[in-house]
Amino acid sequence: MSIWAFTLIAVLFAVGSYLLMERSLTRVALGVGVIGNGVNVLIIASGSDAGEAPIIGREGVLADPLPQALVLTAIVIGFALLTFLMTLAWRNWTITGNDEVEDDVEDRMITRRAEQTAKLGDEPHPEDVQT
Amino acid sequence: MVFFAAVVAHFAVAVLALIGLRRRPVIAACAGLVVLAGTALVVVTQAIGATSAPRKTIEWLPLLGFNFTFQVDGFAVVMALLVSLLGFGVLAYSIAYFEHDATFTRFVGLFMAFAGSMTGLVLAEDLFTMFIFWELTSVWSFLLIGLHDKSEVARRSAVRALLTTGAGGLCMLVGIGLLQNQFGTTSFAQLREAAPTGKMASVAASLLLLGAFTKSAQFPFHFWLPGAMAAPTPVSAYLHSATMVKAGIVLLARTAPIFGDTGVWRWWVVLAGVITMLIGGWRALRETDAKLVLAHSTVSQLGLLTVLFGIGSPYATYAGVAHLVAHAIFKAGLFLGVGVIDHELGTRDVSKIGAARRSVPVSVVAIGACLLSMAGIIPLFGFATKEKALVALLDAEFGLVGSIALWGIVAGSVFSVAYSVRLLHALVRTPNDSASNDEHHAHHEASALVRTTLAAPVVVAAVVSLGFGFAASTVGSWLVSPSSALDVKAVSKLALWPGINDALLISLVVIAIGAVIGWKAPLEDNSAQQPQGERVFDAVYDATIAGAKRITAVIQPGSLPIYVGVTLLLVSIAPLSATFVDGFGSLSGLTSGTALEASVSIIAIVLALGVAVLQSRFTGAMFLGGVGYAIAALFALRGAPDLAVTQLLVETLTIVVFLLALRAMTRITTRPVARFPQITRMFIAATVGIAIPLLALAARDARTAPSASQEYFARSVDEAGGRNVVNVILVDFRGFDTMGEIVVLAIAALGVANLVRAAEQHRRAAISVKEVAGS
Repeated sequence: MSIWAFTLIAVLFAVGSYLLMERSLTRVALGVGVIGNGVNVLIIASGSDAGEAPIIGREGVLADPLPQALVLTAIVIGFALLTFLMTLAWRNWTITGNDEVEDDVEDRMITRRAEQTAKLGDEPHPEDVQT
Repeated sequence: MVFFAAVVAHFAVAVLALIGLRRRPVIAACAGLVVLAGTALVVVTQAIGATSAPRKTIEWLPLLGFNFTFQVDGFAVVMALLVSLLGFGVLAYSIAYFEHDATFTRFVGLFMAFAGSMTGLVLAEDLFTMFIFWELTSVWSFLLIGLHDKSEVARRSAVRALLTTGAGGLCMLVGIGLLQNQFGTTSFAQLREAAPTGKMASVAASLLLLGAFTKSAQFPFHFWLPGAMAAPTPVSAYLHSATMVKAGIVLLARTAPIFGDTGVWRWWVVLAGVITMLIGGWRALRETDAKLVLAHSTVSQLGLLTVLFGIGSPYATYAGVAHLVAHAIFKAGLFLGVGVIDHELGTRDVSKIGAARRSVPVSVVAIGACLLSMAGIIPLFGFATKEKALVALLDAEFGLVGSIALWGIVAGSVFSVAYSVRLLHALVRTPNDSASNDEHHAHHEASALVRTTLAAPVVVAAVVSLGFGFAASTVGSWLVSPSSALDVKAVSKLALWPGINDALLISLVVIAIGAVIGWKAPLEDNSAQQPQGERVFDAVYDATIAGAKRITAVIQPGSLPIYVGVTLLLVSIAPLSATFVDGFGSLSGLTSGTALEASVSIIAIVLALGVAVLQSRFTGAMFLGGVGYAIAALFALRGAPDLAVTQLLVETLTIVVFLLALRAMTRITTRPVARFPQITRMFIAATVGIAIPLLALAARDARTAPSASQEYFARSVDEAGGRNVVNVILVDFRGFDTMGEIVVLAIAALGVANLVRAAEQHRRAAISVKEVAGS
């Protein structure tokens, strides 16, 4: 692997991760796109050495075709994912006027419950009898 | 084999009661009575005339050494007889006790399941088998304490009991695992031969003791047992005085010969037993609920048994077996007797139970006899066994530990005389407010049959306590076989009148002091508060739950960016830590690359950084496309023309998709909300950026076999008729993968189409609403 491939992978993953942690779905989609490219470069760079195109009959050292086949599939799937994500972002915008991910209401309620005091066992049930 | 069938029969009746005979619990109970009596019969016939103890091993995981092994030796016989005969009495009693109670069917099922588990436990010949039944009894106990599931007190007590005994069970499992690992066996006999010593044996022994102490309610785990009195009387009488709480004692009895001489054992056992005896005795003197008095007295008596079995001298073991039998009989009688009074008067308050003298005189006399046995008064059986215990400890030569045990038991005996006498006092005293009881009495016009059924087991217990007392020497000879099964030297005898000796003199003093304290002890005591142990347990429990909620609140704040951040961080920690362990050696394998590769890479890097920095959606999409094109060029340079072409096409399409979607949106994205600081995100991103390429390098260097592609090269032309191997792989060798990929695309397309249509409909509806509002 060359120093350039190494650096490129590092930057693509860092930028992609940074964008994934945003609230705007458009930015998240961009992040998915960047990180997808990073993954593809990673598979090619770590899976084989550079060489001639793997076509039988060519002169010289041929590159390994297997990672290429994997990455080719990955590129297409990444496109499908990105398209779906952008449609979600667009839909969100059409309906709510923004493309931001909201906090999960249920999870926020757990946080609030934690602030109340915990009690042994469960809460008394209305049908409970006094003993 | 036949005794194994007897164990299974218990569970069969349990299933029958819980599923088949839900509406006819009495029939199920009768079937249970038959099984219990049959088990007693089977055990006795197996034991009589057998030259060696019958054994049965059922293989489960022979490779791991986990098998079910049962053995009917003398001790197992006496324990199994206690379990089945007391079970018989209590189950018969419960038919009357649960009259008109809808929970009876559940009670019968759980009761039989418990009796089966307990029988299995006492017949077990190895620790692992014992553990399985041990945990089962914990579960049945939990369900039985919480039998009245609509009472909050019952539910809480059930949880306390389960968590305490369950935690002890887990400690025990670890101990068993250590022994299995060290000595390759969990069988009692084989462990005794292995005679474990050393640090590992001490640790294992301590863990087993934790199991025994939690189960038998020894200090500091003594608090759950009085709480378990929330259960109906038959449950308390059977599980929490006569049988289940003896499981810990059984474990002690079985393991004392193995670990008795490891350093920690004797101290642990004696200290826990003595402290428990004293705490239980003290609390029994103060409680005002007769059932709780009995519960604390049980705790106290269990302390005595713990000392006797744990100290490991032959005489003490013999005395322990004898007192175990005596205690099971008188305590079951006492619990059932209090149940009779409760049934009759509707109260168990010690200041009021004197009224029972008029309505159920026979039961009261029987209770009195059981109380005298508990106090250790001649001629009842309790006297003979307690004398034996004192003699055994006077003879034992264990130095300081032995003295602590002896004087601890003497002090404990003062308490047991005192709380017995206090209850006697309560029974003979005429209560002040008999009017309210008469009123209550009218509600309880129980039939003569019911009253007889309720009283019968109490009377039987009293008669047996008395009869065993007079026949002490005969009963003593029966107990030789059980105690010598534990320790071959534990051969001794009991006597009604042992003659005047040190033990008798000590007893006389003990009885005198105890009787005075007990008679003077107030019957009304309002200072009773929640026991210390229970409060500590509740505090720990509440803190655990509150802590769990707080941790959940921190790691699950509901923010998707934070979830993603945590995930990314964890994903990168693994490769990073591996790299730190293995060193950065593979970094030196990096090549400098060609100038062309360098320039294309730099372009891609700059564009990628641009995507992150620029806030404009449109520019971001364009830059992303740029990154894609640069990488396409990189693919072309590396000998991947197919990839390059695909990448070019897909990047173009991606830009189109982005443009279509972005048409509707504003140009600039808003700044992220401040909840997740920018600097943290940068840190996480940098960590991922460092970890992943290192992982890539490591993956590359980890290759040991040649690529699978060699075969594709060899077969491509002949079998698939293609020269471009990448294409052949995609459409031929791995054709199904490509098929799957197409399916994914189709599903994504369907999803996109539906989302777009739904959003359009929503928008149209919103517009028409606005128009209506406008006009």
